[in-house]
Amino acid sequence: MIAKRFSAGKAVIYFLLVLLSASIVLAFWHLLNLSLSPSHIATKGGLLLYPREMTLDNYARVIGNRYIWLGYKNTLIRTAIGTVTQLFFTAMGAYVLSKRFFPHRTFWTFFIVFTMFFSGGLIPSYLVVKNLGLLDTYASMILPGFISAYNMVIMRNYFQSLPEEIEESCLIDGAGRFRIFTQIILPLSKPILATVALWLAVGHWNSWFDVLIYISDDTKFTLQIVLRRIIITGSKEILDTSAAANAAANEATVSSEGLKAACIFVTTLPILCGYPFVQKFFVKGIMIGSLKG
Amino acid sequence: MSASDFRIGPRNRQNPLLRFLRSFVGYKRHLTLTLMFLPVVVYFVTFKYVPMGGIIIAFKDYKIKQGILGSAWSQPLFANFIKAFNTPTFARSVTNTLAISGLKLLFGFPAPIILALMLNEVVHERFKKAIQTITYLPHFLSWVVLAGMFQQLLSPNNGAVNAVLQRVFRMKDSIYFLGDNRYFRGTLIVTDIWKNVGWSSILYLATIAGIDPMLYEAATVDGATRLQCTRHITLPSLAPTIVVMLILSVGSIMDAGFDQVFNLYNTAVYQTGDIIDTYVYRYGLGDMKYSLATAVGLFKNVIAFVLVVVTNMIAKRISGSGIW
Repeated sequence: MIAKRFSAGKAVIYFLLVLLSASIVLAFWHLLNLSLSPSHIATKGGLLLYPREMTLDNYARVIGNRYIWLGYKNTLIRTAIGTVTQLFFTAMGAYVLSKRFFPHRTFWTFFIVFTMFFSGGLIPSYLVVKNLGLLDTYASMILPGFISAYNMVIMRNYFQSLPEEIEESCLIDGAGRFRIFTQIILPLSKPILATVALWLAVGHWNSWFDVLIYISDDTKFTLQIVLRRIIITGSKEILDTSAAANAAANEATVSSEGLKAACIFVTTLPILCGYPFVQKFFVKGIMIGSLKG
Repeated sequence: MSASDFRIGPRNRQNPLLRFLRSFVGYKRHLTLTLMFLPVVVYFVTFKYVPMGGIIIAFKDYKIKQGILGSAWSQPLFANFIKAFNTPTFARSVTNTLAISGLKLLFGFPAPIILALMLNEVVHERFKKAIQTITYLPHFLSWVVLAGMFQQLLSPNNGAVNAVLQRVFRMKDSIYFLGDNRYFRGTLIVTDIWKNVGWSSILYLATIAGIDPMLYEAATVDGATRLQCTRHITLPSLAPTIVVMLILSVGSIMDAGFDQVFNLYNTAVYQTGDIIDTYVYRYGLGDMKYSLATAVGLFKNVIAFVLVVVTNMIAKRISGSGIW
C-alpha cells in the first residue's frame, strides 16, 4: 500500500531488530560452542563464534550421568501424568460451569476466580502439602497446581460458544451428561484442548520450585532441579560421582563451563526442537486468552 | 396493599429463604454434572482455601508439634508483624521489590510496544516471521535454564559479554553483572526484557493487525508519512490496549519476579536484589520461621489483592470490559 522505499528510518528499524535477534541467537550459539569445546578453550572464555576445536566429552560426561537420566524420567512422568489428568479435570469442571442451569453458577465461578487474586501464600500452602503427607511424592508436583482458574475460565468460555442443540439431540437419544462431555464436547474442542495441553506441558517441563520445596529424595529430582543443582548451587558433586563410573570421559577435555553448557542443552533440547512446530499454537492461545469472560 | 405487590410474578412470591433452599434441588436434578464438578471443588478447597485458612499462623506462635490450631495465639496478636517490620532486611525487601518492579514497568513495559511498532514497519514477511520466531523463544525457557546461561555469558572472568565489552568497546575492567550491587538491578531489567519482549509484543501486534487498512490508505492519499501514520493511526488505535496492560502491570507491582531473582541472586547482591518473595522463602522455608514468613506473605498478598482489584476496576471502566 505504501511505496517500498527503503528509507534511513527503515534501515535503523531493521538494524535494531537484527540486533535483538542476534543477541538471542548468539547467546545460544556461543553456549553450543562452549559445550563442544575442550577445557583449555572453554576456561579461557570470550565469545565463541565458531568451534575452534571439537570434543563431545562434555556431552559424554553429562549423558553418562545417572541423575540426568533420572531427571529426564521424572520430568517425563510429571509432564505426561500432569498434563493429561489436569487437562481432563479442568475441562470437566469448565464444562459444568458452562451450563447456565447449573445451580449457583455465579457463586462457583467466583469461588474459582477469587483464587487468582488472593492466595494463602507460600508457607500455608507448603504446610497443607506437608500435612497431607505428600512430601517426596510425585503427587506434590501435580496436585498443588492441579487446576488453574485461568485455564478453566478460558475453557468455559469456549464450551459456552458451542451450540446447545447438539447436546439436546444427544440427551433425547438417551446419552448422559458425562458421555456427552467425553464423546461430543471434547472432540469438538480440540483447538482449545491442544492450546491448554501445550501450556500445561511446558509448565511442567519448566517447573522447578515445587520440586525444590517438596522433594528431598534425589531419585525424584526433575531435570530443572538437577540442572539447578549443577549450575546455580555450583555443586559439582552430581557430576563428580559419575566420573568414577564413567571412565570414557577424558578429564583433561572436560571443564565446568563446558559441562554446564552441555547440561543446559541436554535439558532444553526437547523445547528447542519442538518449539518451531508448536509456536503457532501458543500464539493462537494468547489470542484465546485475551478474550474476556 | 401497595401497588408494587402486584408486580411480583407468581414464582417470586415465595419466601426468599425457601427459594434459596429450593435452588439446591438442582444438584440432585443434575446429579451427573454435580459429580463431575466435585473434583474441582475438592481441589480448590484443599489447595486454595485451606491455605487461606492457614494464614492464621501469622497471628500465632506456630509450633510444628502443636499444629496450626493447637499453637498459641501470639501476644500481642500482631507480634509477628511487628517483629518482621522491625527487621532491617524487611524494609530492604520492600524497597527492592518496589524498585525492581518500578524499573521493570519503566523500561520493560514500553519495550514490547516499541518492538510491535518496529515489526509493523517490516515489509519483508519472512524476515518478520524469523524475528518473531527468534524473539519468542526465550519465553519458553525456565529461569533456571536462563540463569545458567546468563551466569556463563555474564561471568567477569571468562564471560562472552565482558569479552565483547573489552575487545570491541575497549572497556578496561570486567563488570560483575550478577555480583555487584551497582549492576544487579540493571541486569535483572535487561534479562527480563530479553526473555519476554518478543512474547509480550504478540498482543500489540494482534491489535495492530485489527486496525482498518482504509485508515492508512486515506492518510497516505492525504500525504501522510509512515511516521505520521504511526503517530496518528497506530498509536491511538493501540491506546486502549496499552492503558489496560499498564493498569494491570501496576496491579502486579508487588511481584518483582521471584523465579528470576531467586535463580540469579546471591548473598553479594541481597542489598539491591532481595525481594519480598525471596525474603519469605529464606525466612520461612530456610530458617523455619513459619509464622514470621506467613505474616510477611500476608502483608504482601493483601496489598497485592487491593491493587489488583482496584486496577481491574479502573481497567474495566476504561475499556468497557476488563480482563475478567
